[in-house]
Amino acid sequence: MSCEPWQCAEIAATKKANPIQKPEIAVAMIKKASRPLLIVGSNATQRWMEGKQLIDYIIDFANASKVPVVATAHMVGEFLKRGYQPAAFMTAMDIGQRVVDPTWQGIDGKGHPDLVMFVGLPYYMEALILSGLKHFAPDQKTMTLDNLYHPHASWSFPNATLEEWANNLKVMTSKFNEGGQ
Amino acid sequence: MTTKNVHVKIDEMKTNAGLIKNLELSIGKVISDNWTEPMGPTPMPHISTLRDWDMKLLNKYKPFYMPDCDLCCLCTYGKCDLTAGKRGACGLDIGAQSSRIVLIACSIGAATHTAHARHVVDHLIEKYGRRFPLDVGGLNVKVEAPVTRLVTGIKPETLGDLDEVLTYCEAQITHCLSAAHTGQEGNNLDFESKAFHAGRMDQVGMEVADIAQISTLNFPKADPEAPLIRMGIGSVDRTKPTIMCIGHNVVPSVGIIDYMKDSRLDDKMEVVGLCCTAFDNTRYYDRAKIVGPISWQLKFVRAGFADVVVIDEQCVRTDIFNEAEKVKAPVIAASEKNCMGFKNRTNDPADQIVDDLVSGRVPGVLILDPDKVGEVAVKTAVKIAPIRRKLNVLPSLEQVKEIAKTCRHCNLCQRSCPQDLKIPAALKAAAEGNIAPLTALYEECIGCGRCEEACPQKIMIHSLIVKAGEKELMSEDNLCRSGRGAVSDVEIRSVGGPIVLGEIPGILAVVGCANYPHGGKDVYDICREFASRRYIVVTSGCSAMSAGSYRNEEGKTLYEEFPGGFEAGGVLNVGSCVANSHIAGAAIKVANIFAKRNLRGNYEEIADYIHNRLGAVGLAWGAYSQKAASIAAGFWSLGVPVLVGPHGSKYRRMLLGRSDKPENWEVYDARTGEIVNTGPAPEHLFQTVETPQEAMVQIAKLCIRPNDTWKGRAGKLSHYIDLHKRHYGCMPPDIHMFVRTTADIPITMKDEIVPILKEKNWKESVIPDPTLLPRMIRKQKE
Ligand code: SF4
Ligand code: SF4
Ligand code: SF4
Repeated sequence: MSCEPWQCAEIAATKKANPIQKPEIAVAMIKKASRPLLIVGSNATQRWMEGKQLIDYIIDFANASKVPVVATAHMVGEFLKRGYQPAAFMTAMDIGQRVVDPTWQGIDGKGHPDLVMFVGLPYYMEALILSGLKHFAPDQKTMTLDNLYHPHASWSFPNATLEEWANNLKVMTSKFNEGGQ
Repeated sequence: MTTKNVHVKIDEMKTNAGLIKNLELSIGKVISDNWTEPMGPTPMPHISTLRDWDMKLLNKYKPFYMPDCDLCCLCTYGKCDLTAGKRGACGLDIGAQSSRIVLIACSIGAATHTAHARHVVDHLIEKYGRRFPLDVGGLNVKVEAPVTRLVTGIKPETLGDLDEVLTYCEAQITHCLSAAHTGQEGNNLDFESKAFHAGRMDQVGMEVADIAQISTLNFPKADPEAPLIRMGIGSVDRTKPTIMCIGHNVVPSVGIIDYMKDSRLDDKMEVVGLCCTAFDNTRYYDRAKIVGPISWQLKFVRAGFADVVVIDEQCVRTDIFNEAEKVKAPVIAASEKNCMGFKNRTNDPADQIVDDLVSGRVPGVLILDPDKVGEVAVKTAVKIAPIRRKLNVLPSLEQVKEIAKTCRHCNLCQRSCPQDLKIPAALKAAAEGNIAPLTALYEECIGCGRCEEACPQKIMIHSLIVKAGEKELMSEDNLCRSGRGAVSDVEIRSVGGPIVLGEIPGILAVVGCANYPHGGKDVYDICREFASRRYIVVTSGCSAMSAGSYRNEEGKTLYEEFPGGFEAGGVLNVGSCVANSHIAGAAIKVANIFAKRNLRGNYEEIADYIHNRLGAVGLAWGAYSQKAASIAAGFWSLGVPVLVGPHGSKYRRMLLGRSDKPENWEVYDARTGEIVNTGPAPEHLFQTVETPQEAMVQIAKLCIRPNDTWKGRAGKLSHYIDLHKRHYGCMPPDIHMFVRTTADIPITMKDEIVPILKEKNWKESVIPDPTLLPRMIRKQKE
């Protein structure tokens, strides 16, 4: 699996994401976080793996891990249709700006998230928001759950096939199902 | 206007002393002030004059920066790594650097429109004289130049007056750009304020360009019935010699059209255009045709439709000459800003140039005399068309299959494609004989050619996609309303009240380029949705073309389905890029004509009025250029929110309000001086939306203004709630922030909204006479 930025012109930054070589590593980091947050973008209904949409993998993962979800674009409606209630929904830029603000107290008003995960935004938008966080919230830990390497995150999965992606998400879900939170 | 030069120009005069040639004299300035409106506080503002106003907006809508690059390499002190708070060798940090990039983009955009205006005005003055009167809409348009009046305090009456306006803009844009020099401005908000200033200059520059050409070239003058123009390759008679004009500046095209008509060839030829030149051609000659937005240059040239390609300025592919050469279409470069490396043949005899082009001795020429461009283009097209027989470089379907087999599935094309199109998979299918996946890419491909540059096998991927979509391409035959120009004073009088009171739910301006995430249909859908809801929908530029490129169930285009007036449910195309100024102009005229606020040099007050009262939103769904950035900056500075589609996030800086911070939403009540919380209305000044569904919900919300009457607010909320429910599947979670009194609640939605208000501990508030400017507070009457 390659750690080149997926979009060729997204030249790697001076500070590059650590690759997540195994889904178990991501699980360990999420478990270590006390206030994780998952931001889900509009590709959640555009990506299909093994006959199932990304959003359905995310719902399985979110149910198992209990990580609160912020839906961007019109994804809230897609989550609701599937019987899953996201913790919040807003534009990708709105949530990005809130995360950058150190005084923001999170979706529930109880504290700033210590790990912010992204999945399913258009690649270039996600890259830009991650860059904004890297520069303006340097202590903020960020992670991507996509199958495309994102250099601006703290941790990113390397570029991977759809099959590998599906497997990563399934393993992550199962690890939470096995061991609880 | 206020000041006038006495200007004497003598081409040739015999005197006792001898022969005088080319004498020009400008003597002092004579004040001839027949404009009685008193001068406001800020005529011809400098870069810091409106800084306080800009800071008010920037404090309410804070920049959210997303640097595209960690480094700065703008001077040889660098490169400097600015990651996460590090400062460069000059002391600059990444926030300031990010806003500096915004300023540079806006300055480039403003310079481009203003230089365009300068060329147009100088040319027209030479042709028609300085005293040629401006006429934007006859008796229906008394406020001929609202932006210019507002910003400069000048009321231009003649072409010559525009010269002075431009001189002012040119100086200001130079100041704006100079602030980006190393060791000049260092604070991010000050960079932002200067970007706003560039936006103000941009609006003036655009207005000058458009009113000059409307007045002299007899374009439609504030005409809601501007002609419907055929659009798309399907509308072009491909048996006729075809001249394709690409760019933004109509002057060379006028040369072409005039020569063609004078030679009585107008029935025997086609003049087609891409991008804004296309619009302005149709404003001059309603039988000119539009083939499409700017991003489609590659496909039209490769498909061989053009016998001669004439390029003027802005957004022209810089490799158009290589592409045209492949299909043996000569190129005429007609702008000194875009010489393309061609030899300047302006002073050569036309027939000699024609011979050189037709014989292929030279692939292209530079001609800076528009009349000569006309003669050469027409004669060359007539002679070369039978020889070319519409050569094209598109492969046959059989060849597509063979070429597809050479693909190594390395993915580099997809990884270089801004749309992340699944090219390798489509080629695999094509190699196996199934062309459908390749055809499916046609609508989403924006024709950038980046995939081909990346391909190690040198596969002409874009050509394969165009071939696969050829049926669609050939059947494109739609209607677009020609640019109508300004909104008339009469129209403003009849809708000003309903807009400000909120009874017309909003004005949606769909503008900008064609860098769409998934094709142009989204633009059509959004326009149609809001026109059906009786918003006023204004279009311009490439977006206006996309809006006209689809048909409803009855086979009607948007411009046939909805009226072309500035009215509830109207869909009006103002025209080319420079006609965007009429959109800001309409907003300004509402403040002036309906609310009777003085315009003259009175920027802050008018912007404050527009920001708090006029439910207008700009949507640049496919914005890409620096000009789009400066156009947006002109709207930000007026306090008008702008949305961009996903690719617009690459402008790298948003201006976002925080609905969760009530302290950000306080205004003064001008009646009492009291501070009133109005809620997040409008919530943002510059925002990216990811999907058309999200765009629709945001548009409805961003039309809400503090000043709405109960009835107006109830109407706006019902659209917001309705769209929210349809696209998000639930009630808006922030509805309590927009209900001021129970009278604001749409009657049919009372049962749903009242429980939410209770849950949120909602409290009633007043409807203020809203202002951000303490000086607008009237003394309290006892
Ligand atoms: S302008 Fe400043 S930050 Fe940029 S390269 Fe020069 S010294 Fe470095
Ligand atoms: S870059 Fe060329 S060889 Fe590689 S997958 Fe794309 S078309 Fe095939
Ligand atoms: S030309 Fe089309 S397919 Fe190729 S990179 Fe550009 S958008 Fe993608």
